[in-house]
Amino acid sequence: MKKSQIFTRGLIKENAVLVLMIGLCPALAVSGTVRDAFGMGLAATFVLLFSNIIISIMRKRIPNEVRIPIFILIISTFVTIIDYFMQAFQPSLYRALGVFVPLIVVNCMILGRAEAYASKNSVINSALDGLGVGLGFTLALTVMGAIREILGNGTFLGMAIFGEGFKNAPVIFMILPPGAFLVIGVMKALINKYVKKETQ
Amino acid sequence: MKDPALIFLGAFLVNNIILMRFLGLCPFFGVSTAVETATGMGMAVIFVMTLASWITWIVFNVVLLPFNLVFLRTAVFILTIASLVQLVEMFLKKYYRTLYNAMGIYLPLITTNCAILGITFLAIDNKFNFLDSTIFSIGTGLGFMVVMITFAAIKERLDLAPINPSIKGYPISFIAAGLMALAFLGFSGLFGLT
Repeated sequence: MKKSQIFTRGLIKENAVLVLMIGLCPALAVSGTVRDAFGMGLAATFVLLFSNIIISIMRKRIPNEVRIPIFILIISTFVTIIDYFMQAFQPSLYRALGVFVPLIVVNCMILGRAEAYASKNSVINSALDGLGVGLGFTLALTVMGAIREILGNGTFLGMAIFGEGFKNAPVIFMILPPGAFLVIGVMKALINKYVKKETQ
Repeated sequence: MKDPALIFLGAFLVNNIILMRFLGLCPFFGVSTAVETATGMGMAVIFVMTLASWITWIVFNVVLLPFNLVFLRTAVFILTIASLVQLVEMFLKKYYRTLYNAMGIYLPLITTNCAILGITFLAIDNKFNFLDSTIFSIGTGLGFMVVMITFAAIKERLDLAPINPSIKGYPISFIAAGLMALAFLGFSGLFGLT
């Protein structure tokens, strides 16, 4: 497989959230605003990229029987790094994401890539795969965050984009939990209708 | 200090773990296909969640805090929960066969369930004492079970309904869950809880 294909496969064709339907918890929980969604996406991408690299470097030394606990330990090391990094440099984003930063460790997308890809492939390919899947996750979250923030608050990254009239009557439930379910439901339906048609 | 009854109601209804906190969505969309499976899964979650909150509370307050190792929290908690679930599974298999038959197959699924780990983090962040965190996890687990069973019943009906093929499956499940979440929003403000 060509290097570019490894990268774009995770980005679009096998997008974790919108196509494979994994990593849903953070995707729905923090996509209320573009900033939170993008921050969460980048944090997960960081963890995915570096855990893929380390696991790929160590793949020949990890005994097969205890590989899952070792993967989890490697992943949780990077989760702790990003946890403390965000706490120090992005405190308001950290507060907004709350418990979902340490919970990156149980995101099945990351353990899934470690098990299915990084433990069997070269370092460069694993890094590309991690970057592709992570940025695909970021992309899906940011699109959801944009839809929810624009409809629910009338803003994009905090800037008002509609006139004064919208301020009094935004679609408030879009930034509340039900909006997340409805947005991803409609997005998935559109993907089923227009994109995945030929595969079914 | 909050009233234990309010902690229970808040965890059970107002901040429902699935519909308001978005934790444990994988079993919610994956396992809840029949009412019986949803009940078994719900029972297993209540059980493991309570045990996990006890053991992580002890680990955090007896080991991590005194030795200044709070930064190891993420790694220690997930390993503790994973080994706890293994132990519980072996124990039930040997001594409580009926209980094992009722919920044994769901136990391995729960290990990487973000709901369990999430609840232990939330209990620590809220600085709950031992009793409060027990009540908190029972309430949360009960909320999980009730929503799972209700949703399984809805899904059984959805399977029979004539639905456009591109909306069938995940999309209609998401939309149904969204409507349920909208209904649960009505609980916010109950007894002044937010």
